[in-house]
Amino acid sequence: MKIDVKRVAKLASLPLSEAEEEKYSKQLSKILDYIEQLNEVDTLDVEPTFNVTGLSNAMREDQVGDCTIPQEEAISNAPVKKDGFIVTKGVFNE
Amino acid sequence: MKYETVIGIEVHVELNTKTKMFCRCSADYFGKEPNTHTCPVCLGLPGSLPIINEEAIKKCIQIGLALGCTISSKSLFERKNYFYPDLPKGYQISQYRWPLCIKGELKLDSGKVIRVNRAHQEEDTAKLTHQGGESLIDFNRSSVPLVEVVTEPDFSSSEEVREYAQKLQQIFRYLGVSNADMERGDMRLEANVSVRPEGQTELPPYRVELKNINSFRFMVAAIEYEVKRQIEAHEKGEKLSQETRGWNEDKKETYLQRSKEEAHDYRYFPEPDLPELKNMDQIKVDLPELPSKKTERFVSDYELNKQQVGILVESIEMADYFEKVVEAGKQNNVTPVQIANYIVNKKVDLSVDPKQIINDIQDKTSNLISDDAEFEKLAKQAIEENQKSADDFRAGKENAIQALIGGVMRLSKGKADAAQTVKILRKLLE
Repeated sequence: MKIDVKRVAKLASLPLSEAEEEKYSKQLSKILDYIEQLNEVDTLDVEPTFNVTGLSNAMREDQVGDCTIPQEEAISNAPVKKDGFIVTKGVFNE
Repeated sequence: MKYETVIGIEVHVELNTKTKMFCRCSADYFGKEPNTHTCPVCLGLPGSLPIINEEAIKKCIQIGLALGCTISSKSLFERKNYFYPDLPKGYQISQYRWPLCIKGELKLDSGKVIRVNRAHQEEDTAKLTHQGGESLIDFNRSSVPLVEVVTEPDFSSSEEVREYAQKLQQIFRYLGVSNADMERGDMRLEANVSVRPEGQTELPPYRVELKNINSFRFMVAAIEYEVKRQIEAHEKGEKLSQETRGWNEDKKETYLQRSKEEAHDYRYFPEPDLPELKNMDQIKVDLPELPSKKTERFVSDYELNKQQVGILVESIEMADYFEKVVEAGKQNNVTPVQIANYIVNKKVDLSVDPKQIINDIQDKTSNLISDDAEFEKLAKQAIEENQKSADDFRAGKENAIQALIGGVMRLSKGKADAAQTVKILRKLLE
């Protein structure tokens, strides 16, 4: 099965060199072929499984908890910060 | 050639729950220090797991029911994948194939029905502030519960859009699910606008998305500008394309924000970290009497005109207040019409005791004519109609004035103060 690696890479925001495109194109096609085998099973009357826990309606009350972390910690991984904000390249001047 | 406008509307409304959609951080973020209302879940840190806020689900169901939607028995969250700095996980937890509420409608005053395609639950993104070539990120808003209400492309004018948006805002406030304040961003409008030759039934092959517009007025202006721009492009034979535009209030024109040459591919897939929602149609939620029902009832029960009722039902607080005053007026024979007139004309403050309103209205009814000129006119008329008593009085018959007083009372329908009447009659008869 053929795969449009360029498009997939773009959607995943991954920069690929031409050599990599070539390489991953082959690998991904092989993976798809492998998965393709599942189509041999007749699943016409089987409900799709999206979740394997068997749970449903796992909800919580609307009460504030103690999960909140301090500002310094929240932004500690950001390479650039200013006045408690995380700074990123301007999104409107790309 | 004549053209017609085709508009569909997406409204995002932030719910006023105490906590965020998938974590226990406080959702009361407005005006707070940046990045002080976050945790590993709403920052999208690896290994963190979301848990659904039940109150948000109930509020989404309330919105759905208020719009006449069917509540889906089974509902699932999905991941909407895209990259943007306001999105910490690289996807937004939203709904796509299994929205909570489907197929409703909202009726405009003209009777035109706007079909609602869906009302689904999702999470808000972080807030970006654009400043001197860079963008500042505040994750306090990240994952605050958001409901998106999507219509079919049923609008044909900016006025219809305004009415719909205002009605929707009123419903959100009646339900008490959100402040729905546009300037604060509690409620956000997006319009998909295109034009087609009049009479064409199929949808145009493009649409322009108007986004990030934070008032009804600007949205109306943006739509009107956009319709004109598109018709001009059509006339010149230019091809219009799929794009996102914003509104520049200074220049009074829309401007290109993003062109969407390639179709969006969000690669939606069911959120594996959230078990499905089942039997959602069995969840009991309370619905207040909604504006449309209340309007009908006020018009028929109280015999008020639609315009007055429009003002009285603007907010649920106002409507409740009016009915309290009506109740208070029952023992005193003050009619709902009198009360409605009084409240609407005087723009009564809702903190005033309803009994006080009734007193004021009664005073006003028994209220003595205060306009001297009018008083004098009535007195003169009474004299003219009873020249004999006037002559008798002038001739010294003090008692003759009683007949004239009676005349003024009759002419003023009892609104003349007796003492004042005597004074004025004496002055005129001297």
